[in-house]
Amino acid sequence: MRGDLGFRVGTGLFGLVLIAIVVAIGFELTRESMPTIQKFGLNFWRTQTWDPVAGDFGALPFIWGTIYSSILALLLAAPIALGIAIFTAELCPEPIQRPLIFLTELLASIPSIVYGLWGIFVLVPAVRALEEWAPPVLRQLPLFSGPRLGVGMLSAGLILAIMVIPFTSSVAREVLKSVPAAQREGAYALGATRFEAIRAALFYARTGIVGAVMLGFGRALGETMAVTMVIGNQPTVTASIFAPQYTMAAVIANEFTEAADPLHLSALVEIGLVLFAMTLIVNVLSRLLIWSMAPGAQGPGVDAAAPAKLAAT
Amino acid sequence: MILTPKIEVAGLNFYYGAHRVLEDINLRIQPNQVTALIGPSGCGKSTFIRSLNRMNDIVPGARVEGSICIDKQDIYAPSVDVVNLRRRVGMVFQKSNPFPKSIFDNVAYGLRINGMTSSREELRGRVEASLKAAALWDEVRDRLQTSALALSGGQQQRLCIARALAIEPEIVLMDEPASALDPIATQKIEELIYQLKSRYTIVIVTHNMQQAARVSDVTAFFWLGRLVECDRTNKLFTAPKEKLTEDYITGRFG
Repeated sequence: MRGDLGFRVGTGLFGLVLIAIVVAIGFELTRESMPTIQKFGLNFWRTQTWDPVAGDFGALPFIWGTIYSSILALLLAAPIALGIAIFTAELCPEPIQRPLIFLTELLASIPSIVYGLWGIFVLVPAVRALEEWAPPVLRQLPLFSGPRLGVGMLSAGLILAIMVIPFTSSVAREVLKSVPAAQREGAYALGATRFEAIRAALFYARTGIVGAVMLGFGRALGETMAVTMVIGNQPTVTASIFAPQYTMAAVIANEFTEAADPLHLSALVEIGLVLFAMTLIVNVLSRLLIWSMAPGAQGPGVDAAAPAKLAAT
Repeated sequence: MILTPKIEVAGLNFYYGAHRVLEDINLRIQPNQVTALIGPSGCGKSTFIRSLNRMNDIVPGARVEGSICIDKQDIYAPSVDVVNLRRRVGMVFQKSNPFPKSIFDNVAYGLRINGMTSSREELRGRVEASLKAAALWDEVRDRLQTSALALSGGQQQRLCIARALAIEPEIVLMDEPASALDPIATQKIEELIYQLKSRYTIVIVTHNMQQAARVSDVTAFFWLGRLVECDRTNKLFTAPKEKLTEDYITGRFG
């Protein structure tokens, strides 16, 4: 008994360390960003001038770039990830199912910097070609205006999409697998075709699917290296997908080593604080949605065969 | 038994992979009667009922030998459209499985996917008729748009019956439809089965011998994948021909 108690307390403490780390990060980020919070207040998030030399900091372009690139990635990745999930969970022949799952999860384990290199050497030239090919009429639209550099929002969105697909598709697959067989059988018994039965399963799993897509969104928000390498790093707020822009994570990575001025440092930390809060909220929300559907679904790296038991509704 | 059988099963063997689950089943099921399938767990009665609407097709490794004819047409013939077959042979499952939609949309599902109604009024009429046929209408008429998941277990099962009836099947298969329900809900389902047989041919799997005796006209006793005996229900329960049947119905095993 005494041994058990010690064991429980010991492992419990390690568990508490996790919570302590999260709280400590939040606390430290807040403390370190006090100078800019006090000096600029809400204007920090409303203005667009980012001039470290003049000591003028407005972070709106970074938030804009982060959310824009993540949403763009989401729009590109969600249909593809969902297609992969449906295929591997429902349609794929048994022998190629495992290799396919392994391959998607392998995508998730490629280091971000490698994606970035691939982005610079393959994706950016391809996007540049596309931009040069775009007819002038199209380029009149705000969505497609801007210089033809290749680096910019479109490249960032594309590379983020590729990086997010494994996460969204793995979780969506687990969610789909957790749909009780009785749902599909119910549809089949009423004369449903395979497509209609899968649609019924998707409908049943809708909450979890939304969670899977949101989880991908959370990944995209915080992704740093690959995006920094292809987005062009220009703090502007523009709707154009061809224009170079900037993200929160990218500006921290780029400027942190050079931030000698305490105010500059504080500005970067404040951006980090908000990024921390955003990803935390998005991740918590998406996990709640996924767990409400499939308590076993964890995402890549976890045994996909773990049976996801569904809470009886 | 001079009637033409609605379902005629001849020399049916059923395999899951290399494992034979059903062995040389020969059975005739008459129209507008309730046929009960009884037997201990794992005797193959569920597999048998699921082969009547080819629900086992979706199980990997399932294989069928022999023939099952409905109205003299072999349902395992290559020319048969499975989707159409399942429309004609409805099914109610052991555990109620309503879709997470409104009561109305659950009943309308089969009508919609099969494109069986041409106007909203017709759809509404069919949904209402089905809910009435399943003896659920009076309980849900005022809340058709609320979620089906808010219904009680017994109501959900009657909703599933209504859903199956909506597409006007000729045969209704019921796989232990009342096994998860309390006695009162069970009684309602049994009364419903009794009413439905004038319009449908009903095959019901049940664990419960009293239930078989109450609702069915004909009872078939399965044991270890074989059909041991099939006879009029009152005869099978009072004067079984086989020793095995007698042992089972008197509770000596099972």
